Amino acid sequence: MSEQILFKVTIDNITIEVPAGTTILQAARLVGGQVAPPAMCYYSKLQGSGGKCRTCLVEVSKGSEKDPRPMPKLVASCRTTVMDGMEVKNITSEKVVDARAGVVEFLLLNHPLDCPICDQAGECHLQDLSFEHGKAGTRYEFQRRTFKKHDLGKNIQLHMTRCILCYRCVFTADQLTNKRVHGILDRGDHSEIATHIEKSLDNEFIGNVIDVCPVGALTDKTFRFKNRVWFLKPMDAHRDCPTCAGRVTLWNRGDEVYRVTARKDQWGEIEDTPDGKTGWICNTCRFDKKETSDWIIEGPREISRQSVIAQGHYAGKIGTTKPHETFEAVNGGRQPHLLMDIHDESEVNKPSVHLGQIHGPSHGDTFNNTNKA
Amino acid sequence: MGVKLLLDKANVPGIRTYDVYRREGGYTAVEKALKEMNPETIVEEVKKSGLRGRGGAGFPAGMKWSFIAKPEGVPRHLVCNADESEPGTFKDRYLMEFLPHLLLEGLIIASFALGSNDTYIYIRGEYAWIPDILEEAINEAKANGWLGKNILGTGFDCNIHVQRGAGAYICGEETALIESLEGRRGNPRIKPPFPAIQGLWMRPTVVNNVETLAAVVPIIKMGGDEYAKIGVGKSTGTKLISACGNINKPGVYEIDMTVSVEDFIYSDEYCGGIKGGKQLKACIPGGSSVPILPANLLLKTAKGETRYMNYESLSDGGFATGSMMGSGGFIVLDEDQCIVKNTLTLARFYRHESCGQCSPCREGTGWMEKILMKIEQGKGEMSDIDLLWDIQRKIEGNTICPLGDAASWPVAAAIRHFRDEFEWHVNNPELSQTSNFGLQHYADPIHVPA
Repeated sequence: MSEQILFKVTIDNITIEVPAGTTILQAARLVGGQVAPPAMCYYSKLQGSGGKCRTCLVEVSKGSEKDPRPMPKLVASCRTTVMDGMEVKNITSEKVVDARAGVVEFLLLNHPLDCPICDQAGECHLQDLSFEHGKAGTRYEFQRRTFKKHDLGKNIQLHMTRCILCYRCVFTADQLTNKRVHGILDRGDHSEIATHIEKSLDNEFIGNVIDVCPVGALTDKTFRFKNRVWFLKPMDAHRDCPTCAGRVTLWNRGDEVYRVTARKDQWGEIEDTPDGKTGWICNTCRFDKKETSDWIIEGPREISRQSVIAQGHYAGKIGTTKPHETFEAVNGGRQPHLLMDIHDESEVNKPSVHLGQIHGPSHGDTFNNTNKA
Repeated sequence: MGVKLLLDKANVPGIRTYDVYRREGGYTAVEKALKEMNPETIVEEVKKSGLRGRGGAGFPAGMKWSFIAKPEGVPRHLVCNADESEPGTFKDRYLMEFLPHLLLEGLIIASFALGSNDTYIYIRGEYAWIPDILEEAINEAKANGWLGKNILGTGFDCNIHVQRGAGAYICGEETALIESLEGRRGNPRIKPPFPAIQGLWMRPTVVNNVETLAAVVPIIKMGGDEYAKIGVGKSTGTKLISACGNINKPGVYEIDMTVSVEDFIYSDEYCGGIKGGKQLKACIPGGSSVPILPANLLLKTAKGETRYMNYESLSDGGFATGSMMGSGGFIVLDEDQCIVKNTLTLARFYRHESCGQCSPCREGTGWMEKILMKIEQGKGEMSDIDLLWDIQRKIEGNTICPLGDAASWPVAAAIRHFRDEFEWHVNNPELSQTSNFGLQHYADPIHVPA
């Protein structure tokens, strides 16, 4: 192989060299940290994905060494390749921060925000995105778009209301299975992921759509409502699987395996196997092997300390490092507001108040009347 | 009378048939192009003519043709964009319906110039009766040796295929059109690669509007230099304007771009004045997606100069005080029209036509429609107007294709120029349901700072 051509690219004032043909997003991920733009639809393991969600928009303040003109519009960093001498502004650009806040708002417009009952909560990309780049309130005051839940085969449930139409599952089916049976129906804000008509997804590798889904639209029916992810302990494990590489993460509580997923890297994408292939796992590994005895356990999975899953208090690198600063220091002198305080303020917790006298959705009088009758 | 290059023969009886069209001097441009010229000289001639794309963006056609990649052994394609769905625009329909052979003639020349042996006309699904007219014309042309194998003994093969769309505005965007033509969902592609490099079936492709291709015929007949003398500045040649709204004579007019907007609206040769002797309130000069202008800014630019019907003059002042030539859909609104309702209608259209691929357009267009509906129904608040402004600002420029821009510009322009009408709706919720804001000051001469 001839020597690779390296391009110099500066992202948020950090200069790195990357091979020609690398996208801005990939280059930014090499830098890491906050420099990497968020991506909801782009998935590096899926060809052709990206460009749709517009969360990864960046400002190109200098096109290249040869043509230093800035690009007139913000560009989708996941689909724009770097040029030699390119200068990119991500979080250092006000325009980008503003546009991104706008995109987050758009994505959340029709999202139900039912995180408390959503299985994806805790590992949801949209949750992270809105926490990091969004605003606390919404300016939307109209009815949100809703759909009925659909079963796509015996193992996958589609909750279209939560979908952000990233097309990742469509690309997954295109690239992993020989015949795609689901896709996008209709257009615009009423478009939906669907099978036509009511078919089931039963390809041996179709379970991977659950892993690529950035939100809780596609969920594992063998795991739905069984547990919260942050109560589970992720363990790397493998088995000798005839169809796939068999390298997975087991999500345990005690000795019980609650769910099996592929191993995901820090960007939420499925990790490569040692031989360089993407570690997609088969349905048998994912849905059927739910005994610890099915697997050879390698050890606890490393989870980013920032992740809520790291609350799963494991030994080693997860969750044990004490933060150097106190809460007061990082919060500008504000005292931690404990959950207990809320309870104390609430009338519900005061023994002196009769429950029937509290104005609320289910009024106490209702109960009293039933008792009398 | 202005110069007519495209519609000069439109009133000849039976011009739709091959025999009459040929008798009237048809297909002489093909003869000239194929026998006396070669692809390079044709492209050169079109470049000289300064012909700008008539679909809306106004990109120089000759330049577009010279961008097409020419790798060895890979077929190239020409696609005629007949998916004319912009509200207010119906010039291509007129051309195809009455002068189908003119389009075919332009297509043959352009195919020869670009080396396309299979050329496609992608026609809007709602134009249900036009594919038959085109197919009949194609058969006639084929029978007379203008299409098929070895045209005029030059060794050039060309076939023209008519493909019906399914009625989607988004398929007028060139990459969405290509996707749809390939048999897939009409979602715009992410550019680059541009169609000139990888278009239809990943082959180099040029997509041109119907009127652009028809305009190639007079360019070849009279030469690029002569064509460039018509019109003014960078707006060369003639342009078809489809005028509609509150005017006495709606219809398709061919203008040579030296007509002033005032003449165009009030002269009897064109629109013939406002219907019922009413007063002009506003106008959307180039199809629904371009910014709306109040009467005073429409007839005169912010500098107090007369505004003309051409690319430069209509966009004079940028979006702050100008608009765009667009596709030539000239929509006139009289004093009885409600701008809020008009904007709502447009917003509803864009919400319905958004492909739903990228989030700002998918979610933002629906949101804008809902807020406009709220204001129109008299339930609006002052903050809603600012919110609308903020939403359109966040859609514009942040989407994959220009539909996001097209959806946000009308809303932005309506608020920019007619904010007091929006405020009147908010302040008079009941009155606004039964009466109209009226003309107010929108036709008053604007103050020009010295």
